[in-house]
Amino acid sequence: MTDLFSKFDPLIEMRANLLASGVEDPFSLVMEKVLSPTRAICNGRDTILLGTYNYMGMTFDPDVIAAGKDALDRFGSGTTGSRVLNGTYQGHKECEEALKEFYAMDHAMVFSTGYQANLGIISTIAGKEDYIILDIDSHASIWDGCSLGNAQVVPFKHNDIDAMEKRLKRVPEGAGKLVVLEGVYSMLGDIAPLKEMIAIAKANGAMVLVDEAHSMGFIGPNGRGVAEEQGVLDEVDFVIGTFSKSVGTVGGFCVSNHPKFEVMRLVCRPYVFTASLPPSVVATAATSIRKLMQGQEKRAHLWENSRTLHGGLKALGFTLGTESPQSAIIAVIMPDLERGAAMWEALLKEGLYVNLARPPATPANMTLLRCSLCAEHSAEQVQAILGMFERAGRATGIIG
Amino acid sequence: MDRADVDARIRSLIEPFNKKGIAIAEATTFAGDLEFDSLTVMDFVAAIEDEFDIIISMNQQAEIENFGQLIDAVCKLQDD
Repeated sequence: MTDLFSKFDPLIEMRANLLASGVEDPFSLVMEKVLSPTRAICNGRDTILLGTYNYMGMTFDPDVIAAGKDALDRFGSGTTGSRVLNGTYQGHKECEEALKEFYAMDHAMVFSTGYQANLGIISTIAGKEDYIILDIDSHASIWDGCSLGNAQVVPFKHNDIDAMEKRLKRVPEGAGKLVVLEGVYSMLGDIAPLKEMIAIAKANGAMVLVDEAHSMGFIGPNGRGVAEEQGVLDEVDFVIGTFSKSVGTVGGFCVSNHPKFEVMRLVCRPYVFTASLPPSVVATAATSIRKLMQGQEKRAHLWENSRTLHGGLKALGFTLGTESPQSAIIAVIMPDLERGAAMWEALLKEGLYVNLARPPATPANMTLLRCSLCAEHSAEQVQAILGMFERAGRATGIIG
Repeated sequence: MDRADVDARIRSLIEPFNKKGIAIAEATTFAGDLEFDSLTVMDFVAAIEDEFDIIISMNQQAEIENFGQLIDAVCKLQDD
């Protein structure tokens, strides 16, 4: 009998080697207690959280929590059914109303996760004769959406406007075209030149889908994302987003002005063939989305945090993923996985949690320590974080 | 352009990616013999696409394992 698991041996060995060096396992951290959006007890230590996607710090908002508890009492713990059968409660409709208002768009469709939103929409709208033109650094959920469908898949070099245009122009006459972009690319925290790319996509007759998972809530004047910030949201056919980042719970969505959008509810398999979100989750999401509409001050503070951390890390001599701060994600580039894991552990012992990201999730085989800031990080916490990076960086020899 | 021309042009395009100077034959495989990783594949495919003004979709790439298959695929894409 062939052991079907033998294909994973190289990964098992890599992991064993890493742990043999004595480093704390970066991929099985447990948070025993969560004290606030920015603090938790991790592996027994009081830790500042700098590796969550809780950008707007909504997870402990009193109104959000109250809405969740109320829904739990009134509607129970789960729907036990699909959105198209017995799984659409009043809360799901209210959540979709909140999204339509937040984005000022005609249609909103809530999925059980952000992953399923990309998986479902991309695989459903691009058929066998159609072409998907996408950035090579697209999120796994976008790639999996391509794999689940039958369209011709054509990637282009990350954020390369010319490479995208050339490929669009080579698509056979008459074929349907879907350009898939992200507002913020989550590994390096860089943003896309959406204004230029969307203009080219439209000039070449393509529909445009933009994943704004990492920008919702704080980029753009109303927190609608990078497309809003660059003044091209009206040109975007489909915005994909998630509740598991700024919104602070779990779930995914697509908003659109397409006049026939509602048919998606009947044909999109990752929407139809799964249970809908629990009532408490959609209640917390709807409340949070409505509060994010009024988030100007929090947005300003988050940007200030991002600028301070980026500037501080750069001054300490760390190599960063972007020249300037472009989002709430700041990626610190490590020389290799071993030293990255050592730095990650040194930071954890200092009382700081960041994300250790490694291939295949990262571009160009990089090992990254990804820092994601929260609007609830105080200015003092950001200074404390810089002190921890300095000590850990010197102790591990990452900086001189 | 006939098959020999396509062959010659792709041979010169492959050079900067053929770090170990492996001798290229029809049966030379990209993943196995040339040890191309996904990033190398993207850059190499982009170079070919630009040279011949074609698209080689990922669906088509999945069918191409060796040098000979690549030449055949490019010849066919050019005729389309």
